[in-house]
Amino acid sequence: MSIKVLQPGLLTSMQDLGRYGYQKHGVIVSGAMDTYSLRIANILVGNQEGEGALEIALLGPSLEIEKDSLLAITGGNLSPTINGKVVPMWRPVYVKAGSILQFGACKSGCRSYLAIAGGYDLLEVMGSKSTYLRAGIGGFQGRALQRGDVLAVKSPHGASLDRTEYFKRKYSPESFVSSSWYAGRPPIPQALRLTTIRMTRGLQFEYFTAESKSQLLNASFQVAAQSDRMGYRLSGVNLQLESPLEMISEAVALGTVQVPPDGNPIILLADRQTVGGYPKIGQVAIVDVPILAQVRPGATIQFQEITLEEAERLYIARENDIQELKTAIQLKFL
Amino acid sequence: MHPKTSNMKCNATMLPLGESAVLVEFGGGIHPDTHRKVKAFTEYLDSHCLPGMIEYVSAFSSVTVFYDSLMVKQLHQDHVELRKEPSYRIISVILQKIVAELRTGDGQEARIVEIPVCYGGELGPDLAYVAEYNKLTVDEVIDIHSMGDYLVYMVGFAPGFPYLGGMSEKISTPRRQSPRMTISAGSVGIAGVQTGVYPIPTPGGWQLIGRTPLALFRPNENPPSLLQAGDRIRFYPISQQEYEEYKREPI
Repeated sequence: MSIKVLQPGLLTSMQDLGRYGYQKHGVIVSGAMDTYSLRIANILVGNQEGEGALEIALLGPSLEIEKDSLLAITGGNLSPTINGKVVPMWRPVYVKAGSILQFGACKSGCRSYLAIAGGYDLLEVMGSKSTYLRAGIGGFQGRALQRGDVLAVKSPHGASLDRTEYFKRKYSPESFVSSSWYAGRPPIPQALRLTTIRMTRGLQFEYFTAESKSQLLNASFQVAAQSDRMGYRLSGVNLQLESPLEMISEAVALGTVQVPPDGNPIILLADRQTVGGYPKIGQVAIVDVPILAQVRPGATIQFQEITLEEAERLYIARENDIQELKTAIQLKFL
Repeated sequence: MHPKTSNMKCNATMLPLGESAVLVEFGGGIHPDTHRKVKAFTEYLDSHCLPGMIEYVSAFSSVTVFYDSLMVKQLHQDHVELRKEPSYRIISVILQKIVAELRTGDGQEARIVEIPVCYGGELGPDLAYVAEYNKLTVDEVIDIHSMGDYLVYMVGFAPGFPYLGGMSEKISTPRRQSPRMTISAGSVGIAGVQTGVYPIPTPGGWQLIGRTPLALFRPNENPPSLLQAGDRIRFYPISQQEYEEYKREPI
C-alpha cells in the first residue's frame, strides 16, 4: 500500500508534532508549522493526532494513490482535486486505487496537510517522524519529497480501520466519497487581508525605545519573501533598542519574536535553532502560531498584546476544544 | 586542574518565555562558576521527573524549562495555594524550591573527551592565516590550540555543536570577511576568542584550522551528541594519514 510522487511540489515534507527532548543536544524541534491542521487531519481519519502527515507548502504535489485509502486534507486551501474533481477539505475522503490527487492554486493560507488512515510507514528518529531538513534525518529519507518517491502506508487498524470500512460501504463508482460534514475548520488567512496575531511581551521588551514598543503593537508588518520554516522575517518597521544590550546566547521558543541589529523582527517557527542571542521583543501566543503559519510571504500581519494569563487560558481552551471535537467525530461513526 | 568551588549556594530569577517555558537565569555571564550552577540544576532535572515538564535547554547562565501548561495545571492540583494560579507561577515556585536546595559541589566529575584534529592543509585552509594574523608559526598555533583545556558551556546552534570556553587569546582571530557557503562536518574553527567544531555541513564565517574525523552528531545514538554541556575537551593533532584511517575505521 503506497503513494507515488508524480510531482513533488515546492516543499512537501513529512512532519508530525515535533521532536522533543533533544533540544539540549542542539537538535531542533521541527514538526508541522500548523500543528492544529495536522492534528485535525489525523483525527478525521482515525489516527493518533500526532501521527506523521505530509506538509504541503504553497505549490502542492501530484500524487498517485496506489490503493483504496481514507485520507483527509486540512490547512490552507491549495485547490486539491482527485482525478480533476475538487476534493472537499476538513473531512474524511475515501479514495479509489489509481486516483491522482493533485494540488493547484493557493486559495487561502499556504500549507496543506495530508493525513492517511493508518499513517505513513516511516521509522522514527529520536522519537519523531518529522523531517529535519538541514541535518538530513527523519521523515522520508531526511529530505523533502522528490519525483518518483514511493511512500509506504501502514495498514489501518482500530479507529482508522473502522472508518476506512465505513466509507468503503458508502462507496459509489465515483473516484472518491467524503463525509457530508466537515470538522475543525478555523479561519485561514487570506493573502490580501491583514491577519492579527496575539502576543505576550518578550523578555527584553522593556529595553526597546518607546517608539519601537508603540510601533510593534500599532503598525503592520509584511512577511518577507525570505521567510521559511525556520522563521518569518518581518519588514515595515525598524525596531530599535534604547541602548545596546549585552546578550549571551540563551534558549528561544516557538513564536519568539527576536530583533537582530538591523531592526527587522524575526518570528521563530518550527525549524528554529535551539538558542539565540538577539533581544526578544515578543512571544506569539501558542494558539496563534498555526494561524501565522498560514500567512504567506508578502502578506501583512499586526500584533495584538495579551497577558500571559490570557495566552494560557486560550491554550487550555483550544486543547479542550480539540478533545471535544475528537469525541464529536467519534460519535459520527457509531 | 580545575578544583571545584565547594558548595556554592544557588539562586536564580524565573522569567517567562511565553506560556510554555520558564527561563531560569542564574546570572554571572560566561564563567565556570555560573556554569557549575547551571550544571547542578540540569543534573537535578536529569535525575528527577517533573510532572508537566517536556524538556530543558541549558545555556551559558540559564536553563530554560519547557512545559505543557495544561499538564502542569492538572498534575499540580495538590499545591492548594497555587491551584488558581497560572501554570507559569506554579512551575516557577517548584523550580525556585529546587534551585534553593542546589549545591554546586554535589555534581559529578567532568568527563574529558579527546578530539583528534588534522590541522592545516586542505582540511584546515585558514591555519596559515590564523598564524600570520597572530604573528606565530603554524606549529605554534597547533601547539596553543591543542594544549588548551576547554569547557563545553552549552550545546546548540547546530546538533551537537559545542560552545567552548578556554581558548588562548594568542590565537584569537576575527571571522572571515566573506562566509563560506558550506563548511564540512568535523571542521574545527576559530571565531574571535571562540573555537568550535561543526557537526553538520553549515554555512559559516569561522576560520577553519583543521578537521576531526569524529562524528559530533550521532542521530542514531542516545544521546545523539558526542559532547554534553559540562564536558572538558582536549584536542590532539593527528596526521592526514591518521585522519583517513580514522575515517575508514572509527574507533
